[in-house]
Amino acid sequence: MNYEILLPNSSFKECAVFIKSNFKEIYYVEAGFKIFDNYLIGVPPIPIAVDGDFIIMPYVKPCHGCFVLRIPGKEEGERLRTREQAK
Amino acid sequence: MKALLMMGCPELPVQTAVALYIANKLNIESFEVIAAGNKAAISLLLNSDPEKHYIRKVMDLDRCIGQLAEKKLDFDLCFVFIHSDSGISYLATVKSLSKGKTVAVIFGKEIEPLIEASGDSIIIAAKAVHNPTSLRAHIDGVKSWAALTR
Repeated sequence: MNYEILLPNSSFKECAVFIKSNFKEIYYVEAGFKIFDNYLIGVPPIPIAVDGDFIIMPYVKPCHGCFVLRIPGKEEGERLRTREQAK
Repeated sequence: MKALLMMGCPELPVQTAVALYIANKLNIESFEVIAAGNKAAISLLLNSDPEKHYIRKVMDLDRCIGQLAEKKLDFDLCFVFIHSDSGISYLATVKSLSKGKTVAVIFGKEIEPLIEASGDSIIIAAKAVHNPTSLRAHIDGVKSWAALTR
């Protein structure tokens, strides 16, 4: 996966605050939400930002803590928008 | 009855010992025990129990989360091993995905914030890094794990 790390080795809470503080288009998903063929780990509701054609999301690794990743994902962004409209 | 032992990074030595100890207790109560973890955690378990007396089934951590999320797998009891913030994230995830009771097994040097973050899960906690004795005492305090599933 092609990604950029925006915030390394932090707590999940710090990553969630970072996403909510730095991006405008935020969607909240449940734990286990599937995105980029991964199931999201975290304390729900988990914030995911859409920024143009990029997805900004928390990513938890057991040995390394939580990261905020910026990943190209136009289709996943559209999926999040459609999901929100269907609510 | 099925029980999950979900293990995080095995950087603290007590994790493997406590996982085997809990597995033994669960086996005595006829639970089907499945251990999920990353490669290092699973490798330590399998090397410690080569004839699978205690841990009979293992699975990759990500695969386990995926199967829980897809509702292809569930447990009556889910033990989540926690010594860092990542463990709290895994606990919250398992709590969201499973219908079973969650048990937070908390260890390490700084356990208070982890206990606070564990919400209403059953908590087994002790300051322990190398020596599992204090955690064992808390585990032994539970007379029946099966009773917690009812």
